[in-house]
Amino acid sequence: MATPAPVRPGQDRAELGRRRAQAQGRIRWELLNQMVRTSLKVKYQGSVLGFAWSLANPLFLLAIYYVIFTYVFKNNIPNYHVYLMSGLLAFTAFSTGVSNAAGSVTANAGLVKKVRFPLMVLPLAGVGFSLVQLALQLPVLFVIALISGVNFLHLPFLLIVPALALLVVFTTALGTLVAALNVRYRDTSHFVELAMLMWFWLNPILYAAGFIQRAIDDKGLPHWLYDAYFLVNPMATVVSTFQRAVYQTTYYVDAEGKTQELLADPGYVFYLRNLAVGFVIAGLLLWFARRTFNRLQADFAEEL
Amino acid sequence: MSSSERRPVIVARGVSKSFTTHRSKATQLKERVVRGRGQGTETFQALTDVNVVVGEGETVGLIGPNGAGKSTLLKILAGILRPTTGEVDVQGRIASLLELGAGFNGELSGRENVYLNAALLGLSRREVEGLFDSIVDFSEQGQRIDDPVKHYSSGEYVKLAFSIAVHVDPDVLLIDEVLAVGDEAFARKCLGKIREFQEAGRTILFVTHSLDLVTELCTRGIVVDHGKVQYDGDPAFAVGTLRRILGTDRPEGEPEPVPDLGGIQILSATVSAKPGGRRAAKLKAGQPFHLRVELEVEPRKEEQYAGLVHAVVMGAGDIPLWSMRTPKTDVVPAVPGRYVTEFVVPAVPPLNGAYRIGIQVEDPVSGNPVSVRVFDDVFWVTSGDLPGILSVPFSSEVRPA
Repeated sequence: MATPAPVRPGQDRAELGRRRAQAQGRIRWELLNQMVRTSLKVKYQGSVLGFAWSLANPLFLLAIYYVIFTYVFKNNIPNYHVYLMSGLLAFTAFSTGVSNAAGSVTANAGLVKKVRFPLMVLPLAGVGFSLVQLALQLPVLFVIALISGVNFLHLPFLLIVPALALLVVFTTALGTLVAALNVRYRDTSHFVELAMLMWFWLNPILYAAGFIQRAIDDKGLPHWLYDAYFLVNPMATVVSTFQRAVYQTTYYVDAEGKTQELLADPGYVFYLRNLAVGFVIAGLLLWFARRTFNRLQADFAEEL
Repeated sequence: MSSSERRPVIVARGVSKSFTTHRSKATQLKERVVRGRGQGTETFQALTDVNVVVGEGETVGLIGPNGAGKSTLLKILAGILRPTTGEVDVQGRIASLLELGAGFNGELSGRENVYLNAALLGLSRREVEGLFDSIVDFSEQGQRIDDPVKHYSSGEYVKLAFSIAVHVDPDVLLIDEVLAVGDEAFARKCLGKIREFQEAGRTILFVTHSLDLVTELCTRGIVVDHGKVQYDGDPAFAVGTLRRILGTDRPEGEPEPVPDLGGIQILSATVSAKPGGRRAAKLKAGQPFHLRVELEVEPRKEEQYAGLVHAVVMGAGDIPLWSMRTPKTDVVPAVPGRYVTEFVVPAVPPLNGAYRIGIQVEDPVSGNPVSVRVFDDVFWVTSGDLPGILSVPFSSEVRPA
């Protein structure tokens, strides 16, 4: 049986106490790790397939969209499933991450009201959960791409690194903000669900990014609107960069035999610029979200 | 207690807490918009200006009637609730057992909950692995540790929670009336563990309704009532103070006190260090002590009584410590007017703590009380810095054996 070590007189105990008090209030990797493990365990406990379910959901969605957009609404995009999947996985990671985070504090009321710990790990764990799922899903995407003959092992693939980073920062920022707001206004999580549904269609996931470009040009609208579309919507940047990194095919030939732009841009600069602006937006949002969370968290135990 | 020399571990200054009552709480945006800000809010004052400093190594019993604010105070000290005003500072790792199953996830097994809980308390996975076996041993769960905790009984919950809390090597242990749930054998084990913590110089603060535990275990007792600290000091006196608040300081079914015959009013009873001096709030053991009682014999048509003045000096819980009575030859006469009776004690006895004075005027013939009054102004007797109720004279020397 562990016996507490006796307190020795002197400064060291005081110093240790201060350090420990700080440690208890800080977000530690160990704790975050434990929280994510916990939620994974709770979610898949007792199911035969276990973690495989985290693949089932996006793969099932993918199958539905694939059937509809290949056979019902015909499109001539080659290897449409790879194009679809690279955007879909990125966006699903974002939307589930934010939704998980939104309900994270309210769902853990029992902990919040009875244990002192850095509450910000709750939304972070919610986001972390969806990132773990993404980490399981990406290898599946890569295997499917290679089997389908989409060899993505070229230079553009490196773009996936900053794209993932932006995805993490932006999801964390938005997740933290909605988690804090949801404690006071329970409407937040409902609103988030609707917003995610709409946001999904705002990004070139099912349709080609080139489609947006054509729509703007055909209507005679100024071309900078196309740039603005990516600059104000970091998720469009993440999705389009994922497609550039994995799918890589920039043009396709449509049913009438015309060559059409498929990806948002055939080059690199476009993506790097969008990513840079995306990081600024996500960074500012993260700063604001943390500030809001820190300001509101002292009242969480009471509000729940 | 002379906590001043110890390193303060828990410091609460001017802590007040008010809650917005649930009825008026708007959790939906709609309600907020409809009501507007700050409209229709009702508040409940749970704590008012609480000042507590707990030093390293103290064991404090926090006692009080139901709804007095004890649990709120504990939650504020634990850093879970924010005080409305005031400051709280706690130095060190805090392990708290605030409610049954606090911090447990019902879906997870006991084993996984141990890891989760310890992580919340600031331990690394490796540290938990080293402690795991002794946590399970102490909690007496054995094979049950792999069952989901939602299937645990309340006793098993507490056993596991307590076991985790004491194994994470906390600097401060906060316990809210949960130990009562375990069986007696486990309760004894918990007490043993708490004693180990005391010996190791850790700080413990617990809320309890079992007052015997306070006198047995604590070095200090704090009585909270109506959100205020009513008493802070010696555990036995704390228990006495609470019993007085609860009205349980006298046995039930005690015969009704003899009704006053009346006619003599007790105006005041003043304790002072010098004859006719100012009211003393603090006296040192060994100091002379004067008790001045002012009385008024009221003119009346009924039978007029003379009176013996009987002063009872009481400790906490209104335990009579000693009595003083004027002799039958020197009574307050049955003549209307004001009188003063003065008692002189050449040396205050070496009994530390809070004292109160009760005065009874008795009919010198029958001994029946004519008038009774208990004065609530407390005065304190102290002697030096050494803890304990009694100051016993002693000498000591150090010499080579």
